[in-house]
Amino acid sequence: MNENRTLFLTGEFLDETARYSLSELLEICDVDDACLLEFVQYGIVDPAGEAPENWRFSSLHAWRVHRAVRLQSDLGLNVAGAALCLDLLDEIARLRIQLRSRR
Amino acid sequence: MQFRDYYKVMGVDEAASADEIKKAYRVLARKFHPDVSKEKDAEEKFKELGEAYEVLKDPEKRQEYDNLRKYGYNDGGDFQPPPGWGGGTFRDAGFGGAGGGDFSDFFEAMFGRGGPGSARGYRDIRSRGRDLHYRLGVDLEEAFAGSTRTIHLQAAGGGQRSLNVKVPAGVTEGQNIRLRGQGEPGIGGGPAGDLYLEIEIKPHRHFRLDGKNIHLEVPVAPWEAGLGAEITVPTLGGSVKLKIPAGARSGQKLRLKGKGIPGPGAGDQIVDIKVVMPPVRSEKDEELLRRMAETMDFDPRAELNG
Repeated sequence: MNENRTLFLTGEFLDETARYSLSELLEICDVDDACLLEFVQYGIVDPAGEAPENWRFSSLHAWRVHRAVRLQSDLGLNVAGAALCLDLLDEIARLRIQLRSRR
Repeated sequence: MQFRDYYKVMGVDEAASADEIKKAYRVLARKFHPDVSKEKDAEEKFKELGEAYEVLKDPEKRQEYDNLRKYGYNDGGDFQPPPGWGGGTFRDAGFGGAGGGDFSDFFEAMFGRGGPGSARGYRDIRSRGRDLHYRLGVDLEEAFAGSTRTIHLQAAGGGQRSLNVKVPAGVTEGQNIRLRGQGEPGIGGGPAGDLYLEIEIKPHRHFRLDGKNIHLEVPVAPWEAGLGAEITVPTLGGSVKLKIPAGARSGQKLRLKGKGIPGPGAGDQIVDIKVVMPPVRSEKDEELLRRMAETMDFDPRAELNG
């Protein structure tokens, strides 16, 4: 690395823009398609598009898949449990933001 | 290296049964899971817990550890593995990547890096590194204009790692930014995890953030509210002129379009009008108010008493 220049990393915003295909998401999240299919069935992620070949996922979806996988493996949750847990965590996060902006 | 008291980490007695240890793990794993916990060092504690459980759940490892503990090592005390200790032989057994493990040096000195059946990562030879989470406190000014920040992360193995990151203009409370490949290193050639930055906007003295909108309470004099006025109000992008319409009342809001947090769907600045009473400092001031009381037909409590 050049000593005179500091390298600044630019991150990617997690948002709802649908940008990844099924295969791209599988690669990003390092999961297999059976696992992801189950996540879709349980509503952990809700891709745009009708059939799997047309599915489009957002970066927020990728993040939810990551968290679902971790919750499952670390806490021994099943898919329904991970889905409920994520919904509740998101709700808490939303309420926290609301609370902070009221202060 | 430091000796780790796994019993203390798990909050169990050294005579605890396998069931008690399993139960303690389940409770603490929920408490310190980085996705669930809001505690600052949850990530670190969760890792410690995983390591402690990895040893105490396995009768063989637990026995080995207990033997060592009997030498009189204390938590956090200096630890040198006794000569000929078995574990170290696994060191550097083909798990490429600097500091590529989840566990402490102490664990590795005891059991090596390739112990089978461990909680995370080691089960498969190739596995993805763990994601890291970091909450980044950002001033409202930084959220508006963007900034660059240096953050310090705990590296695997105990050291510190610094990263320079760009905070783009337009970040909002609770937003997540992913830095790909900046999490913990992968194992056996697996990809590195990601680093997630969660934005936390610090409270501001005057401005209040609501999504992408910014609220500002602006005091106005009764004559400004009554007669209308052009006043100067601060925004994050600098001062602007604002027209107060005649007959404005306290609590009314004026919108400065596009003067909130920038970016796609830029926010507005919402000015909350607050009519304030001027201090009465002289006889002249008093006289003025008396004349108002006499000439103006106004009952501020009309609705209450109606």
